[in-house]
Parts: sequence; structure tokens; C-alpha cells
Amino acid sequence: MEFKLKIWRQKNARSQGAFVEYFISGVSKEMSFLEMLDYLNKTLIESGDNPVAFEHDCREGICGSCSLYINGRPHGPDDLIATCELRMTKFKSGDTIIVEPWRAKSFPVLRDLIVDRYAFDKIMQAGGFISVNSGAAPEANSIPVSREVADEAFDAAICIGCGACVAACKNSSAMLFVAAKVSQLALLPQGKPEAEKRARAMVAKMDELGFGSCSNTGACEAECPKGISLAHIARLNREFLLAVFKT
Amino acid sequence: MSSFINTSIGKKFLISITGLFLISFLAVHLTGNLFLLAGQESFNLVAHFMATDRVISFMEPLLAVGFLLHIVFTAYLTITNQFKRPQKFAKVDHRQTSSWPSQNMFVLGGLIFIFLVLHLSNFWYQMQFGEMDYILYGDIWVQDAYSLVTGKFIIWWYVLIYVAGAVFLGLHLLHGFKSAFFSLGLYNKVWGGRLMLIGAIYSIIITVGFSLIPVYFLIGHLTG
Ligand code: HEM
Ligand code: SF4
Ligand code: FES
Repeated sequence: MEFKLKIWRQKNARSQGAFVEYFISGVSKEMSFLEMLDYLNKTLIESGDNPVAFEHDCREGICGSCSLYINGRPHGPDDLIATCELRMTKFKSGDTIIVEPWRAKSFPVLRDLIVDRYAFDKIMQAGGFISVNSGAAPEANSIPVSREVADEAFDAAICIGCGACVAACKNSSAMLFVAAKVSQLALLPQGKPEAEKRARAMVAKMDELGFGSCSNTGACEAECPKGISLAHIARLNREFLLAVFKT
Repeated sequence: MSSFINTSIGKKFLISITGLFLISFLAVHLTGNLFLLAGQESFNLVAHFMATDRVISFMEPLLAVGFLLHIVFTAYLTITNQFKRPQKFAKVDHRQTSSWPSQNMFVLGGLIFIFLVLHLSNFWYQMQFGEMDYILYGDIWVQDAYSLVTGKFIIWWYVLIYVAGAVFLGLHLLHGFKSAFFSLGLYNKVWGGRLMLIGAIYSIIITVGFSLIPVYFLIGHLTG
């Protein structure tokens, strides 16, 4: 297979980036998208060019490192996958593929396709934890949790913090990420006591860091590699509004 | 309270509450307007009731405030959200991930606003401050709102504007109805599908209902 790639190249956080075109041939159908980029980088290095910088680690959809905006969609043209799980069979030979970094005020580009997602850590530091000692595993198991609640909490806990929801959103809102983290903890008995305080603190941090507001378009849910549901955003709204109206 | 309004969720709370208030107003407005189809006397008496009833008169300024708050807060969020992504994506593909109305609520709202100004200047302003005919029903003199409205609805481009307005409104509500419940936190897996269905049915009733009236009079004029 062969492709025309238009890839965002940017030296560092301060410099102005631009798209650079590359023609690549000899791509096999079995390659993943990241392997195709590895292959491109090999040819770039051999010809004395700088390789394209992009983030990746586990390459099996669990770490949340990979983060490419491909042909107008975060994690590319497939559903419920991270970029590392995208296969070249999703493209036709001869296609033009546009590769961009996540773009948001709160996710500044560091180099080429790598962005700084430290803002997500700051939101977690604002309240994404349980401040009492919840004990060791046996103690946790002594508190009964119903199957439905455990499943619901797990569905939120599988968020890998990739930031695709921010990239998918026309407002660069981080609501799906924050909602997943708030839900995960608010649903379980150890996290309940601090649920409202947590919701307030994390939302305040999210606003402060320059993420936009939520318009409920559903683009985040559709692009999230883990299929985190909008129902979690509704729960976050509910927790937050209850917290405000009680005080 | 001010710190609440300063949060993004606080602003969306106000937008959803005013949105739902406007939705309930539309239901009353459409019900009243459908009396146009029942004839001159019925409609004029309903219009007279609306103009003189205490509860309705009390709601009128509230309605203006509701519109104003809805517009101010949606405009504020729409504009500030533009600055959250200083460098735009070269290519954006929302086709498979979200509906067109959900991505264009401000465009639809703007079109509704233009329609609203036109609509108020035609009817509301005319009935408050313009020259109106009066008819005697029993022992009360009633404004002939019926003739004012039906006089406009025999002009084809007028009818076209009203149908367009009803379509914009329906599209706005196709997303807005369910979105308001999301913003209030009133959504879960069971109610998600139901809300979407109720919202779609409501939007269709609004669009068809408000279009039907001018089209009915235009057809009546052209054929008779
Ligand atoms: C009768 C007229 C109107 C009704 C019934 C109505 C209703 C609604 C409802 C229910 C929502 C959803 C609220 C939410 O997402 O929580 C909404 C959102 C919105 N409305 Fe309206 N609206 C009307 C007129 C307008 C006008 C005149 C404008 C602007 C000039 C406007 C702009 C918007 C925008 C931009 C949103 C999306 C806000 C966001 O999610 O970020 N609307 N509307
Ligand atoms: S909610 Fe989904 S898209 Fe957003 S950070 Fe978590 S896994 Fe990524
Ligand atoms: S590289 Fe770990 S999720 Fe893609």
C-alpha cells in the first residue's frame, strides 16, 4: 500500500508548526498505524531527517499514551480503539492521511505530535483520590457492593486518560474525563463521603485550566476508546448541582 | 451564587432551566395558536383571554427575562469556547459522532432570534401599540387579532419565513430538549433513550404545528 501523509511538524512548544507532506510506499496491510509511522521514521532517519515525534507505550490500548488526530477524528477512523490499535486495513492504498496532534489551549504541543497533558494530572490532584486510608484488599472486600454498582464504577474506571474526549469536543471540554473519574470514585462506598467536595474541586480545576464547557454533543462518547458513557457526565452534573444547592 | 454562575456547569444549569422554560412556553403558545384553525371568534376570545389573564400577564416579563438570560449565557459560552482551541484542526470530521444540530446550536439560535425579532414586530408590537380593529362579542369589545394574523399568512414569502422559523426551532430542540436534561443531571441508561424519543416527538410537534397554521391559510387563500 502507498499513502500521501500530511503530518504536523513542530520543533518545540514555542515554535510555529506546519504540515509536511511525505509519500510512503511499501506499507503492508498487516501493519498497525503506529508501525506505519515507525516505518516512515526509519526512512526519515536513513535519509538524515528528524523522525516524527509521537507518544506511545503499551501499544495495546491500555496506557493512554498514544494520541493522534487522524483525518479529522481522534484515534482515527475506527470506534472503541486507541491510535495504537488502529490498523492500516482501515485505509485504502492511495489515500491522503492527515495526522495532527490533539489541539486544545490546555494541551500545548511540545513537539510534532506530542502534547502536554499535564492538565489532566492537575485535575486529578485537585480531588481525584480518596483521602482516608481505605485499607488493604481484604478490608475493601468486607464492604458489600452490588454487582450493578461495581460494574458501573468499573465502566468509568477504564478511562485511560488519553484526552481524545477533549480533542473530539468542539469546545475542548474535559467533561467526559472528569466525569469518568468522579463517577468511578463516587459510586463506591470508600469514595462516597467526599463525592460532592470532589466534584466541586475537580470541576473548578477543569474550568481554571482552560477547558471549555459541555454542549452534550456526544462526540466524546463516540470517540472515546473505552466507550465512556455520557451518563457519567450527567452524574457529574448531578453531584455538582447537589453539592452547590446543599450549601 | 456568583461563584456558582462562574463555573461552566453553573452556566449550563441556567441555560437548561431557561431552555426548559422556553419549551413550556412554546407548548402554551402553540396550543393558543391552533385556535386560529377553529375560526375568528374562537381565536380572538383566546387571544383576549391571554392578554387579560393575570397569570399570563405575570409570565410575559418572565418570558422576556428567560429569553434574555438564555441568549446572554449561550452567547457567552459559545464565544469563550472558541478561545479554548487557539490553533484549529486542519480537518474535523463530526459526521459519525454527533448530530448537526448539536454542533450548530448557536447558528440555529441566531436564526431563531432573527425570526423572533420579525415575529414580535409583526404581531406583538402591532397588538400592543398599533392600530387594531375591535369586534363586539356578547358585551365585550375584543381586538381582532385573527384578521391581523390571517392577513399576513396569505403572503407566500411570509409563510415561507414562518415555516423556516418552525424548522430552525425544531432542529434546535431536537438537540436542546434532551441536552437540557443532561445538563441538569437527569439522565441515566434507562431514561436516555426515552428522553431522546420524547424530545424528538416534541420537536416534530412544534415544527409541524407552527408550520401547519400559516400553510393552512395560504392554501385556503390560493384555492378559495
Ligand atoms: C424559543 C426559543 C428557544 C428554546 C425553546 C430554546 C431551548 C434550548 C434548550 C432546551 C437548550 C439545551 C440546554 C442545554 O444544553 O442544557 C438550548 C441550548 C442552546 N440554545 Fe436555545 N432555545 C431557544 C432560543 C435560543 C436563542 C434565541 C439562542 C441564541 C441566540 C439560543 C442559543 C442556544 C445555544 C447556543 C445552546 C447550546 C448551549 C450549549 O450547549 O453550549 N437558543 N436551547
Ligand atoms: S474519557 Fe475516554 S477519551 Fe476521555 S480521557 Fe478517558 S479514555 Fe480517553
Ligand atoms: S500506546 Fe498505550 S494506549 Fe496506545
